[in-house]
Amino acid sequence: MINSKTTFQGYRRENGRVGIRNHVLILPVDDLSNAAAEAVANNVKGALAIPHPYGRLQFGADLDLHFRTLIGAGSNPNVAAVVVICIEEQWAKRVVDGIAKTGKPVTGFGIELHGDHNTILRASKVAKEYVQWASELQRVECPVRDLWVSCKCGESDTTSGCGSNPTVGNAFDKLEPLGVTLCFGETTEITGGENIVSDRCATPQVREKWMQMFNRYQEVIDRHKTSDLMDSQPTKGNIAGGLTTIEEKALGNIQKIGKKCKVIGVLDKAESPTGPGLWFMDSSSAAAEMVTLLAAAGYAVHFFPTGQGNVIGNPILPVIKLTANPRTARTMSEHVDLDVSGLLQRQKTMDQCGDELLEVMLRTCNGRLTCAEALGHREFVLTRLYESA
Amino acid sequence: MIQILVHDKKDTVGVIVIEGVKAGQELTGWVMEDDSTIKVKALNDVPIGHKVALKDIGNGETVIKYGFDIGKAVAPIKKGEHAHVHNMKTKRW
Repeated sequence: MINSKTTFQGYRRENGRVGIRNHVLILPVDDLSNAAAEAVANNVKGALAIPHPYGRLQFGADLDLHFRTLIGAGSNPNVAAVVVICIEEQWAKRVVDGIAKTGKPVTGFGIELHGDHNTILRASKVAKEYVQWASELQRVECPVRDLWVSCKCGESDTTSGCGSNPTVGNAFDKLEPLGVTLCFGETTEITGGENIVSDRCATPQVREKWMQMFNRYQEVIDRHKTSDLMDSQPTKGNIAGGLTTIEEKALGNIQKIGKKCKVIGVLDKAESPTGPGLWFMDSSSAAAEMVTLLAAAGYAVHFFPTGQGNVIGNPILPVIKLTANPRTARTMSEHVDLDVSGLLQRQKTMDQCGDELLEVMLRTCNGRLTCAEALGHREFVLTRLYESA
Repeated sequence: MIQILVHDKKDTVGVIVIEGVKAGQELTGWVMEDDSTIKVKALNDVPIGHKVALKDIGNGETVIKYGFDIGKAVAPIKKGEHAHVHNMKTKRW
């Protein structure tokens, strides 16, 4: 049973934040720099490249989000040190300066005037130093309140709302009083349950901001939709799993915030929370997009309930999967960190399953790899707001 | 053995939580809210995770799950019948 005296073994970073992994990231700022970044990660064992397809000719809020996500990913406490590579040196510097505010080692390289070969050579030398330095960092005992824990579900079915989502809610209800920093999101996927979330907002100001974010996303859908979104929201997988409408999916989704937690604030995409408690992040409900935004916001460990069996992982943020669907637990067992299907047969209580999830969480924090980590799932997916210039 | 899970006493649909439910099968449902038990006879083969109606639902009538509105019937749904995208629809978007 978790309580205020519970501790775990984490990496305490220069800025006081605590991570549960010790990555040396090779971070490309744009699509053109992926090849060099991946070459560096091939050269230096233990370095981790996170390639992605964007970063050119973006502007305005979309560009701000791009930089916020990359700087946030590098700043995440699961990252020990970062090598930044960009086609243009000045933009590498912008990301380096952002990450350097954490106090962790970070160096940037521009490819122009050097070419890939010379860039890979220079960056590999720094990456090697970082990896050897990071390998000597020691885990230290940390109180559970130092954890930042996020949640988002995927390939949900009706068993998600019956079992795996309320298990996360039970765990959140136990973590919140301990001063843990929590997050949920998926703005459009609360359609049908918006009044329930509204009632859980801690203050009228938070409620107003939440409703603004919710209504803004509804307008995006109204502007672009060509149908009632069937097969997209709910997805084909959701429908195959028995979910019929967005309202039904939403009411299952918000089981993740438990019965007691209050929403203390609303975050923009990839924005970091400023204190403990449950935060809402305005985000898409696409799994890899949202988990990437949560990693960029600084979350250190993630709960991912699934029904039909979403296999997502993230390079920075360990994703713990749980399912209440006995068929998924049987047919996709290599992806399932915790099977809570016993809930549906009254063989287990929600309280027991919540405790089991917290035990898996602590083991993960102490270093045990999640299924997604062991299987090499590293979905790093940037959110775009609109077309490039 | 529980075959149907029901969240709230007001719900008009329940979730099949075992594999291989066949038409004509007598099903036992667990209502989580008050820990009571109900009986329903399945009118169709219903896959795990899919819903059955717990009472007759008229065309256009609101369907209730978790005690809340999850959309409307777009065809009459009989007690014990499979309730899904062929006879239900969202009220949003």
